[in-house]
Amino acid sequence: MVKTILSQVKEFRRISILTPVCMIGEVICEMIIPVLMGKIVDNGVMAGNVSFIMRTGAVMICVALLGLTFGIMGGFFAARAGAGLARNLRKAMHDNIQTFSFSNIDHFSTSSLVTRLTTDVTNIQNAYMMMLRMAMRAPSTMIVAMVMSFIISPRLASIYFIAVAFLALFMFFMMRTTTKYFKQVFERYDALNESVQENVSAIRVVKAYVREDYENNKFRKAAENIYEMFIRAEMRVVSISPVMMGVVYACILTISWFGANMIVSDTLTTGNLMSLLTYCMNILMSLMMLSMVFIMITMSEASARRISEVINEKSSLTNPENPVMEVPDGSIRFEDVDFSYRPGSAEPVLKDIDLDIHSGESIGIIGGTGSAKSSLVNLVSRLYDVTQGRVLVGGHDVREYDMDVLRRQVSVVLQKNVLFSGTIYDNLRWGDENATEEECRHACELACADEFIEKMPEGYNTYIEQGGTNVSGGQKQRLSIARALLRKPKILILDDSTSAVDTATDAKIRRAFREEIPDTTRLIIAQRISSVQECDRIIVMDNGRISGFDTHEELLRTNQIYREVYESQTGMGADADFDKPA
Amino acid sequence: MRGRPRPKVENPWKILRRILSYVFRFYGFHMAAVAVCIVVSVLANVQGTMFTRTLIDSYITPMVERVKAGEVNPDFSPLLHAMMRVACFYVIGIAAAYTQARTMAFVTQGTMKRLRIELFEHMESLPIKYFDTHAHGDIMSVYTNDIDTLRQMVSQSMPQLLNSLITVTSILAMMLVLSIPLTVVSLMMVGVMLFSSGKVTSMSGRNFIAQQRNLGKLNGFIEETMTGEKVVKVFCHEQQAIREFDQLNEELYQSAAKANGFANIIGPVNGQLGNTNYVICAIVGGILAINSYAGFTVGALASFLTLNRGFSMPINQVSMQFNSIIMALAGAERIFKLMDAEPETDDGYVMLVNCERDADGEIVETDRHTGQWAWKHYHKAEDTTTYQALEGDITFNGVDFGYRDDKMVLHDIWIHAKPGMKIALVGSTGAGKTTITNLINRFYDIQDGKIRFDNINVNKIKKGDLRRSLGIVLQDTHLFSGTVRENIRYGKLDATDAEVVRAARLANADGFIRRLPQGYDTMLTGDGANLSQGQRQLLAIARAAIADPPALILDEATSSIDTRTEKIVQAGMDSLMKDRTTFVIAHRLSTIRNSDLIIVLEQGRIVEQGTHQELIDLGQRYYQLYTGKKPELAG
Repeated sequence: MVKTILSQVKEFRRISILTPVCMIGEVICEMIIPVLMGKIVDNGVMAGNVSFIMRTGAVMICVALLGLTFGIMGGFFAARAGAGLARNLRKAMHDNIQTFSFSNIDHFSTSSLVTRLTTDVTNIQNAYMMMLRMAMRAPSTMIVAMVMSFIISPRLASIYFIAVAFLALFMFFMMRTTTKYFKQVFERYDALNESVQENVSAIRVVKAYVREDYENNKFRKAAENIYEMFIRAEMRVVSISPVMMGVVYACILTISWFGANMIVSDTLTTGNLMSLLTYCMNILMSLMMLSMVFIMITMSEASARRISEVINEKSSLTNPENPVMEVPDGSIRFEDVDFSYRPGSAEPVLKDIDLDIHSGESIGIIGGTGSAKSSLVNLVSRLYDVTQGRVLVGGHDVREYDMDVLRRQVSVVLQKNVLFSGTIYDNLRWGDENATEEECRHACELACADEFIEKMPEGYNTYIEQGGTNVSGGQKQRLSIARALLRKPKILILDDSTSAVDTATDAKIRRAFREEIPDTTRLIIAQRISSVQECDRIIVMDNGRISGFDTHEELLRTNQIYREVYESQTGMGADADFDKPA
Repeated sequence: MRGRPRPKVENPWKILRRILSYVFRFYGFHMAAVAVCIVVSVLANVQGTMFTRTLIDSYITPMVERVKAGEVNPDFSPLLHAMMRVACFYVIGIAAAYTQARTMAFVTQGTMKRLRIELFEHMESLPIKYFDTHAHGDIMSVYTNDIDTLRQMVSQSMPQLLNSLITVTSILAMMLVLSIPLTVVSLMMVGVMLFSSGKVTSMSGRNFIAQQRNLGKLNGFIEETMTGEKVVKVFCHEQQAIREFDQLNEELYQSAAKANGFANIIGPVNGQLGNTNYVICAIVGGILAINSYAGFTVGALASFLTLNRGFSMPINQVSMQFNSIIMALAGAERIFKLMDAEPETDDGYVMLVNCERDADGEIVETDRHTGQWAWKHYHKAEDTTTYQALEGDITFNGVDFGYRDDKMVLHDIWIHAKPGMKIALVGSTGAGKTTITNLINRFYDIQDGKIRFDNINVNKIKKGDLRRSLGIVLQDTHLFSGTVRENIRYGKLDATDAEVVRAARLANADGFIRRLPQGYDTMLTGDGANLSQGQRQLLAIARAAIADPPALILDEATSSIDTRTEKIVQAGMDSLMKDRTTFVIAHRLSTIRNSDLIIVLEQGRIVEQGTHQELIDLGQRYYQLYTGKKPELAG
């Protein structure tokens, strides 16, 4: 996990190393100052030598300036390295997400991917910066301070050893217990936030069922839970600093006592004692910093894990070694296909599917909620891999194709349409980057989108807001169809893509398909019989199996499910066209 | 520290006062204890610092002199006593610091808990309008980011500031005692420190703002592409996405590196200025001590220098806290804004109760679910209570409504839904169908006209009771994290398992629920992301069914369910809704046709109403919708 994160340091390795170096430089400068200080007191003040004080003072100021330079460099390097690591982590995650298959995406929810790319990365950035600056600085301050103390008086300095050893043991013990608590705190935070999120988005349900009190109680419990956990964790944390202070004060007292004895017996000077006491404070400060670094590391551990999960996730779909680079035609064949979203789940979503679809055929797919219609068509463009059997497009197993090639030839309009912020042209050109305005307009005509686009204030240059909030459901669907048409695919799949479009327009779109792209194989999933009845053949799905595959007339005669669906819709002209002008 | 660009806070002092009063209201005693602890620990620390001077001046130097004078075994007992005294100070200091940290933990976490709960409860009381007019992401970030920055301020910055203030004052006092000229020198250097850290902070602040802006842009992009990731894949758009992402990522990196860089150097700059300060004081003090100016001794110099160091440290800390304080104030402002949002008002007094008829046919209130309801009027003037049986008669009398006062959405709506009727609202997108249902349960209040429920003005009915009387299934299904069972039970919290299953059967959801990995105990997360849209709708219907409300609103409740399943669901619903008033919004004519009254809306006005047959005979708008033929062709 740590390796995954650190491997992303890349080009920032040099400054990542330079930062602690600068920090050490700064520390050394800071350490020299008390020595010079002691000299001023001993050789300058005591001897009444003003020029010595001036000379040493000048040296001290130079050292301070040098220290400042190191400090500034270290500060900037650390910031750059931290921000750089963050950038690389985001890029590594984003790049890898782009190779994800649909099942990978299903595995991570959208919101969790967003948090990982944002909050988690920021946590790591701060922790890394802190570590570069402090992790070296604190121990080196400590070591330098101790070495200096040793030079002054090995006997007195040995006191520090006992103190540091004691503190290290204490810190180790503390960290182990607090980490556990903090981890739980963060888990409960997630639960709390989720509860808020739900209440914000589902406030209508809460209010409609008058469940405010119920939700309040639920939230109150969650908040109290966090409170108790936090208090438990903090009760341990708050003991850290008093214990440290106690140890340091004990050191000061012991050093003062023995120091006084040594001064009296003339083995130590007053200046030396003062320097020793200053070092003692330095050691205290660096211990404090170390404990802060430890806490930072603890807190960012969870983030590091969540980030590495994304970076290390292997796409469940891979390109074959010698991929087929051309799709010969738009024929589709399913041979004994079984499919389930999770391997090993008891009941497969699709079972015993055998289908033979000719190139250029139009195929309707109909079936109840949850009968696996979408799952069936998702296999054609290899959005998922079959569990058993195989799917052939143009005579080749879909797993033999280069994925990009396959998906360029198999164009899918998903059930859940998404438009992106940008003009209508921008959105259409997702289908074909180089499409001319003329081509875009033509695709929109086929998808019956031209009429409403032209009515928009800026026509094709109208800006679509994020999530397509400024177009209606039916308009979104028509734009999505136009976008898919621009790919000029060999196979076009419409997954319930005209459900919000009125019947007449729906018919018009289908007619346009028939006339304009007769050679393209079309798979049309629909709820309405009217949307599929003119298709060459119709697949009736029932609970993951094919219950019938024939023409409309034949199915009416032979297939009971199809007949029932038909009867439930006849005489009512299917859906009403309320969106059409009177 | 003037004139730096920062996230703007309207009135920082007012907000600060409010935070403080919030903390002090519940933790006044704790805070007083914390203040005492801080004073004690600062004083103890200062005493400890002063000890260096006494150690050298009063004990070591005299002893050294006595040894020089020939004394063989100088008496160490006075030194021992002095050290014991100092040790006591230290112990008191540590105890005070510990008590302070402990108390602060309770204060901080307790305040956060209170704040969260208060915030949440207030949010639950806000009208729907608030949620419709505020971005959900913004509301969320109040809970996540803003509370967190406030927590840091209360737990760290506040005690830090108090500590620094007391430390600075007491140290200043003692420095003045030790040497006035040296103190002046030291103060001048502090001025330089404040000035330079102000400059650096302003630089960092400017870049922090750029960083926030870039972060926002990148977040927006990530949210958009992650939501549409499947579309990205279907269109092989990965490379373009990566290109765009890289550019935004780079911009963020640049500004983040600068912002943090400047923030990072505040410490070293102040630290080294502090060291320079130290050196200058040493030189000046050294000269003073050599000349024994005004009785200034070496020991005094040592103490002064230690004090001097202790003097610059709190200043450094305060300047490092500055950014986080400003950020916390900006967060607090948003928190208080949410807390100050006007809650939903409820002046209703008529209540909905379960009832049964006693032997005389009189209505008697009961706690049991009897399937019968009554409106309970309490007349304050006479102190009497009367009951009126719930019938389900809902009328709109000349209702005008607009989400904003200057833009009316509904004009002069007259509807009379008689008890037990099924009313269908049809019309194009934006005609005002959903708006009408929002008015019945008072998600919004009308501008003009009257809505009556059983001849009671809905304004007089307690909102909770009004809403309890109306089951509602919305087009956008929302489920909660929890098991399937818990989600269905949301409609009736004390429902038995058998009731849950019965409701699921009625909604035709039982079949697919049983096929889920853990059946009714399957956990749903992320708004039921692991279910199809149709399945989620079936659950929402089951949830409404179990509530068994006297009246029902179905807003495109079956739009994602296939027609065959819908027929089964419809049969179940019809049996449930028998003799209960129902409002139905649908675009599927199969759902609408058997309604008792069909209301056709257009641009916020009722253009025609009647039964299916009546409207067909009328041969106008509905006829056209139904048959797809132009009206003039109709007889």
